[in-house]
Amino acid sequence: MLRLVLVSSLFALASVTLPASAQESPYIVTYDHYLEEPGSLEVEYFSTYGTQRAGNDWVAYWGEFEYGATAWWTTEVYLDGQSTFNDGTLFTGFRWENRFRVLQREHFINPVLYVEYEQINGADKILKEIEGHDVEADNGDPNAIARQEHDHELEFKLILSKNFKGWNFAQNTIAVKNLTGGNPWEFGYAIGASRPLALKASSKRCSFCAENFVAGVEMYGGLGDRYSFGLNDTSQYLAPVVAWNLPSDWTLRLSPGFGLNDNSHRFLLRWGVSREFSGFGAALGRLFGGHS
Amino acid sequence: MIVFKSIWTSSNAPGLIPLSVTMKIRRPLLRRIFCLLPCSAFVLSFAVAFAQTNSATPSKNNSVYAELAKAPQKAIARPNPLATDSDAIPAGAKLFAQHCAECHGDMADGGKKGPSLLAPEVQLATPGTLFWLLSNGVVRRGMPVWSKLPEPQRWQLVSFIKSLPPASQSAPNAENSAHP
Repeated sequence: MLRLVLVSSLFALASVTLPASAQESPYIVTYDHYLEEPGSLEVEYFSTYGTQRAGNDWVAYWGEFEYGATAWWTTEVYLDGQSTFNDGTLFTGFRWENRFRVLQREHFINPVLYVEYEQINGADKILKEIEGHDVEADNGDPNAIARQEHDHELEFKLILSKNFKGWNFAQNTIAVKNLTGGNPWEFGYAIGASRPLALKASSKRCSFCAENFVAGVEMYGGLGDRYSFGLNDTSQYLAPVVAWNLPSDWTLRLSPGFGLNDNSHRFLLRWGVSREFSGFGAALGRLFGGHS
Repeated sequence: MIVFKSIWTSSNAPGLIPLSVTMKIRRPLLRRIFCLLPCSAFVLSFAVAFAQTNSATPSKNNSVYAELAKAPQKAIARPNPLATDSDAIPAGAKLFAQHCAECHGDMADGGKKGPSLLAPEVQLATPGTLFWLLSNGVVRRGMPVWSKLPEPQRWQLVSFIKSLPPASQSAPNAENSAHP
């Protein structure tokens, strides 16, 4: 049902807005310093298949509606869900994310501040970020039990990113506070590096040109909490990533992820599809009687 | 609705809970889902309204091209390494159509959001100046940072912009535009 809603949204938007050619990074967990273009809406659907020891494998998915409010502010709403094999399918919560560009121009390192509010339940498995002592065993409970835990979390990230000779290097530092209960601050990280397969654009429109492919790798994991900072009892992942920016304005991403220690899921397979719609703000303005 | 269908139908689901219990859980969850939709609409509407207000705010500087004058000397003097590349202009035209035409117009003669690139201020600027502006954007006036395009692609765009026929006078759209 959630997937149906997301796909319907994509087609509804396509009918009222212009597509914009995407030039997206391949990262699925890591953020770089580029925000959504002002007035554009990017609709994304991501899916993560995870293996589960001592439990059933699962597929978690989320829809993202990412809007460029200004050139320095991007706001996003996420809807999360998951299906656990031999168990069930459920909606697991929502997130509201905001990213703010701190500096007006490009610098040696470019910082972006990230603030997110999450209202999710314990069955949420999208693993959009790993923090604190998140481990594989947390996702082993049956949905009927896991869903009874309700979390309200505030999440902050400092995103640092740099481009150098065609490469992008990005590092995210994560701090999370669960507002329910007396949980301590938890920490995590994500780092990534990526590069287009070709730096020059070809003169003709093409789907399989090397410049349409961006490949890289990302690594992410928990860093414990305020009382036990470090790598003990944390999960860590290494994931090659690749994005294919199609001239038809769609972007496809694929990322097989591998757990690096016994606390991690052995294997995560992530994929995503997105489309950017320019002129969404203007279309919405016209809908409410504006003249943009 | 998504949540409970599978629980009701999966008779062998581990941790299966009785229908009466699921009904109790269902209402608050549905309420949350239905609350979320107007909340999301509100957030997006606010962001849209903010964006439009922000981009419509007139600048204290009368010229939308003033940002070009802020390029540092080192950037101004930088030559276009693709100046002799015959593919640079058509490739730049393709990139322009993909990334720039929405704001600056299909013919680069300006749009509601971006000024004309045929204006003398742009056409007389050095390739290095244009490259610097593309790389840094004019964030406070709504022009994104385009350093996400690799350097050669930004130079291809510069080649295309410099190949455009200059307008005899500044385009009328320039003063209404939010960013250069």
